[in-house]
Amino acid sequence: MSEAKTQDKKYPAPQGNPETQAFWDAAKQGKFLIKRCTACGEAHYFPRSICPFCFSDKTAWEESGGEGEIYTFSLMRKSPTGPYAIGYVKLKEGPAVQTNFVDCDLEKLKIGQKVKVVFKPTDGAPLPFFTPV
Amino acid sequence: MTIKGKAYIAGIFEHPTRHAPDKSTAQLHAEVAKGAIEDAGLTIDDVDGYFCAGDAPGGAWPMVDYLGFNTRKLRHIDSTETGGCSYIIHIGHAAEAIAAGKCSVALVTLAGKPRTSVMPPRAAGAEVDFEAAYGATTHNAYGMCAMRHMHDYGTTSEQLAWIKVAASHHAQYNPHAMLKDVVTVEDVVNSPMISDPLHRMDCCVVTDGGGALIVTTPEIAKSLKKPMVRLIGHGEAMKGPRGGRDLDLTYSAGVWSGPRAFDEAGVTPQDIKYASIYDSFTITVLMQLEDLGFCKKGEGGKFVADGNLISGVGKLPFNTDGGGLCSNHPVNRGGMTKIIEAVRQLRGEAHPKVQVPNCDLALVHGTGGLLGVRHAASTAVLERV
Repeated sequence: MSEAKTQDKKYPAPQGNPETQAFWDAAKQGKFLIKRCTACGEAHYFPRSICPFCFSDKTAWEESGGEGEIYTFSLMRKSPTGPYAIGYVKLKEGPAVQTNFVDCDLEKLKIGQKVKVVFKPTDGAPLPFFTPV
Repeated sequence: MTIKGKAYIAGIFEHPTRHAPDKSTAQLHAEVAKGAIEDAGLTIDDVDGYFCAGDAPGGAWPMVDYLGFNTRKLRHIDSTETGGCSYIIHIGHAAEAIAAGKCSVALVTLAGKPRTSVMPPRAAGAEVDFEAAYGATTHNAYGMCAMRHMHDYGTTSEQLAWIKVAASHHAQYNPHAMLKDVVTVEDVVNSPMISDPLHRMDCCVVTDGGGALIVTTPEIAKSLKKPMVRLIGHGEAMKGPRGGRDLDLTYSAGVWSGPRAFDEAGVTPQDIKYASIYDSFTITVLMQLEDLGFCKKGEGGKFVADGNLISGVGKLPFNTDGGGLCSNHPVNRGGMTKIIEAVRQLRGEAHPKVQVPNCDLALVHGTGGLLGVRHAASTAVLERV
């Protein structure tokens, strides 16, 4: 399994909704957005209109640097589309993001490894993934 | 206000099947309902409360009609859906309803056929666009927990393997267990890697089947012929990444449901003589034992090693039917069989080779959903009187 690499596979297109459309519109421009509450100052992901920490409705979109480190991961050895690695990234801005790690040797992933966002195409808006820096 | 001692589990039934290509899911619900009602010594006409979860075809109203309840009498319905721990939550809710006089004989059913039919997909939550594409499954979601637990606390695959070894020691005495062979630590760590760091033998079985319970009042329980088993403490909780700020995959919502149940019961983990602990994966057991206070956080690996969970060998006999790891995990939902084996232990009806002597206090704990994503937990303390 040492040669396990990410493969080109087809990802489902996000359906979007009024609450999250700005995220997907920005993704089309290659921008990775998070939400920050202007009342309590906390950032969160995935985006909500009401802050999940203080319940204020004063949340605002903010572009994330898309950088962080691997909190944890698991390499799924078999699937209909081949091996893949699911995990969480802790962004520099704070929130953790569920994702897959791509464009790398999946056998060499490590907790604490520095990663950055990359977008992969779908039939709709592109989806955010992460790859080692 | 408490439910302590106000409700008794008077009927239990676990379907013997693990593979049911010749039965419908609704039929399995009916068969387990019949089994539990007869075990209690009651009839369907006595039932005035019904509890079911997401595995009941169509939900509560088609099931109530299909099963043929006396609908002039049926006066309490609860279809709380929290995955595999739904049924542990149900017994708490049944006790609340009984204590409030809303019903007197509650039936809880679980059944389904993940081996021989297609399981319906779970309805999407608000997170769907931000998670569905990444392929979270039970295996890799629990794998992520195990990976981080190993990183933070030095937990090893060998320690996790002891949990499967203990389950297999119990399963050898269960004629209905899907896997009856005793396995070793080496067998587990040498089984194929499924989703790092979990091996095939770290994973539970996939089985058709089901189970059912009767929860009733102290007065009715006393009038029946079974040993008296009552609920003396109950807790429930939920946990998720909550906007990504609260992500910590080394503990579960059991850190909240457990103390709620122990406090209500007025007992501590050290008082527990037998524990049914949800075992979708070996890591599930290890994290929950820590969260419930059977050992300190991070010391679960040491706690489960060297047979500490084997009945007659270790300090905390667990899942003496072989659990989900070896016996049965009907509909990918292990909460029901956890309650049933605890009641068997308290009645003195477990297999003689695994029966805990003078077992008068037992714990049942389960999770539902995915520990690595978002989940529910429920804890129940049961006592023989």
